[in-house]
Amino acid sequence: MSATTFAGSSQFAVGSILEDGGGIVAAITAALFLNARYAAISVSVASIFPGGRLRRFVESQLIVDESWALSGRSGRFEWPILVGSGLLLYVLWVASTALGTLVGGALEDPNVLGLDAAFAVLFLALAMPYLRERAALQAAALGGVIAFVLTPFTPPGVPLVAASAACLLGLRR
Amino acid sequence: MSDVWVVVIVVGAATMLFKAAGPVFVGGRELPPRIRSVVDLLAPVMLTALVVTQTFGGNETITVDARVPGVAAGAVAVWRGVPLVPAMVIGAIVTAVVRQLGQ
Repeated sequence: MSATTFAGSSQFAVGSILEDGGGIVAAITAALFLNARYAAISVSVASIFPGGRLRRFVESQLIVDESWALSGRSGRFEWPILVGSGLLLYVLWVASTALGTLVGGALEDPNVLGLDAAFAVLFLALAMPYLRERAALQAAALGGVIAFVLTPFTPPGVPLVAASAACLLGLRR
Repeated sequence: MSDVWVVVIVVGAATMLFKAAGPVFVGGRELPPRIRSVVDLLAPVMLTALVVTQTFGGNETITVDARVPGVAAGAVAVWRGVPLVPAMVIGAIVTAVVRQLGQ
């Protein structure tokens, strides 16, 4: 699954739902909600992809939260950073998945190691360079509140998509 | 075909389409300025929302657990200029220790 769905959170969701006997419809729905954000993310970097449609299709698969966030740190999105970090992450991701299937049985719950918190810190560190401007800070705060408020009432993934409504603050000015 | 493979194929195909949506259909064109100003806010907004769901999210619940002190420690580390990977390790260790103490 790591090779075809390069998006970690949806893989974890599918894994836990299937393991709990949640059924394939529930697993697919959850994963689609979680990954729907990539439609918006891909539009935000659409203009940096060169070449024909096929090339753009292939390279667009390297978009993940992390490569996307790294590529925009300078204030505008940069194609070499997105594709370079995306490729590196993809190789590491598939390789560590393979390793995990070999040795994963030894570890009952990876969250014992605090890996869930480590990912939150990762997203926080990635967010920092974007939060220097006042407008970005306001929109981020609103998006965070939307995500927090919706989390108890909606399936995972929906709070993320709904939070993107905070971007409409960009229409002011 | 097993259930797992059905999920892998459907989710894989849909995710590829989500990711391709912008680059393939919007392409190399520049976005109009008003849309640009909306789209530019996506990174700070989405990353902040991911921090929130990753810190407090449960199965349709808000959960305050050992992740909170861990993320707080990681946040202080990031704030003080600690590089990314050590900051993640700090967050993980604090969470793991608090989790152990709580058991």
